Amino acid sequence: MELRIFIVKRLLLMLLTFFILVTLVFVLFRVMPGNPAALVISPALEPEAQAALMHQFGLDQPLHVQYWLYIKSLLRGNLGHSFHYRQPVSQVLGPKLLNTLVLIGPATLFALIAGLFMGGLTAARRAGKLDSAATVVTLTIKSLPTFWTSMLALVAFAYVLKWVPSAGMRTPGYVADNVFDKFFNLDFLHHLALPLIILTLHFVAEPLLTMRNSMLETQGEDFIDMARAKGIGERRVVYNHWVRNALLPVVSIVPMMVGHIMGGEVLLEIVFSWPGLGREIVNAVNALDYPVAQASFLMLAVVVVGLNFLADAAYAWLDPRVRLE
Amino acid sequence: MEEQLGCEQETTPLPGLLGTVASAGRAVGNQLSIIGSNWFGRIGLFGLGLFLVLALLAAVLAPYPPYKETYRPDGEVAFLEPPSLAHPFGTTLMGQDILSQVIWGTRRTLVIALTAAFGAAFVGTNVGLIAGYYGGKTDTILMRLTDIAYGIPFIPFAMVGIMILGRGDMVLVIVIASILWRTTSRVVRSQVLTLRERPFVAAAKSMGASSTRILYRHIAPNVIPLSFLYTLIIAGDAVLTEASLSFLGLGNPKTISWGQILFYAFSSQRMRQAWWWGLFPGLAIVALVLSAFFLGRSYEEIINPRLRAF
Repeated sequence: MELRIFIVKRLLLMLLTFFILVTLVFVLFRVMPGNPAALVISPALEPEAQAALMHQFGLDQPLHVQYWLYIKSLLRGNLGHSFHYRQPVSQVLGPKLLNTLVLIGPATLFALIAGLFMGGLTAARRAGKLDSAATVVTLTIKSLPTFWTSMLALVAFAYVLKWVPSAGMRTPGYVADNVFDKFFNLDFLHHLALPLIILTLHFVAEPLLTMRNSMLETQGEDFIDMARAKGIGERRVVYNHWVRNALLPVVSIVPMMVGHIMGGEVLLEIVFSWPGLGREIVNAVNALDYPVAQASFLMLAVVVVGLNFLADAAYAWLDPRVRLE
Repeated sequence: MEEQLGCEQETTPLPGLLGTVASAGRAVGNQLSIIGSNWFGRIGLFGLGLFLVLALLAAVLAPYPPYKETYRPDGEVAFLEPPSLAHPFGTTLMGQDILSQVIWGTRRTLVIALTAAFGAAFVGTNVGLIAGYYGGKTDTILMRLTDIAYGIPFIPFAMVGIMILGRGDMVLVIVIASILWRTTSRVVRSQVLTLRERPFVAAAKSMGASSTRILYRHIAPNVIPLSFLYTLIIAGDAVLTEASLSFLGLGNPKTISWGQILFYAFSSQRMRQAWWWGLFPGLAIVALVLSAFFLGRSYEEIINPRLRAF
């Protein structure tokens, strides 16, 4: 299969996944016990006002018509109106999405790079004694709840040592001149450091172990002996033949990793009072702000599914064998 | 190869469903007995056993009732006491004994995590069996469903689920199991794909066995070790998820759990002084999850001997 056809197929699969998720959300919020109209109309309103809004939003229509209306407004980027903020949801969540991505993106990147390096290094050195130690360390990291390590780190580094600020994204009162300045200034980086380090450390284990196993599995392959037999330098054997082929399984775990990082990040936002989507969902769940909860969930799903697609495409580009499946 | 062949031995035939349950039970028993053969497994079994005892004997072992305030010798309420002989894990802002809370929390954590893990493994194993055995369209549809489950951000999904269904133990089990089946279904399917080509399946077919019988009587017993392994791993993940959701204040408000103790510790904003309040419940979570992962790891070494080589 050609790369282009493969990518188009994956793209269609991604769209199908979005569609099913969107439908799932529609169904979920309508099987809700009690009054499903609470999804868009605040139950705090007068009954007459509620009825008028019901009509305006088409909630007095049969379900299939409602479904059609829902899909249409989603396609237009209309995510509804927040009860709590009394603003369109897209306006509330736009900046929050950016704040979440600013944490997830670098964490994924750093964890991947560090994991590849350390995995490759431990495999190439073949430190036999380190082996069970490495397993114990990775399993221990996996069993640490992110919110708990964040809490402990907050107490240690923010409260006791006072190296980093204890909450939020910037010092109160700071006003950024533009979007670039918002994220590329020392004050912001100072706030970002601790959550980013914790997130990276939590998720470095997965790529590390995968890279290590994959290196060990590749080392006996004929093409490596062949490369050596051809007389090319050991450096080239390691980097151009061994490492390059061992990279593939690591690419394939990236989607799963992104999902895990997302889950951890959501909790981290609570501990560090980071104004992102995760905190927004928790607030929405507590305030019963259904439009915000629904839209935040969909946004996070779009991020995960979209990154899954990118990883799939990268994998197919790196390893032509995948396209044959 | 040898150990896989060993799995295929026909067990004494028992009729129908009873037979399947009996052979499944025997298989799990066998697996448990070999887990203890390496030190990962021994530590895991010890840890899990310890927590089981704590859960079962909570009423006897907990020195105080979990919610009741305790008093200092001078009659004052013992709030925010650091760890001491009277309160090994310290006390909360309300003067409750944290050790007692942790012991009582064990029971709920275990029940929720194990129920969710078995539920997830049950669904995942069946999806994998059916997808792998029937192939074709069934396989495509079930595997696309699995892909979609992988595309769902887990914790946010659980939060939305709790928002809709309300807070409670059953809701936690449902939201956890409804996502975590995905891992088991993938690995079981790929195992079934190779199993269905084996001679013993052809033999059963030639004797006129129905698809259901082949699937559940001949193929299923061979994937049970694998789905048992994933039950252990999912159980660890389920403990973490339950703790995370309770930490967000989304657990069952009526009963006590480790995540909930941490929720109170964090939201009281007394972590600065009362480090013990946040430390010990977290250590309990790590110890239990690690026991499950260690068990899983020891078990993995047994069913995948290649791991021992490295």
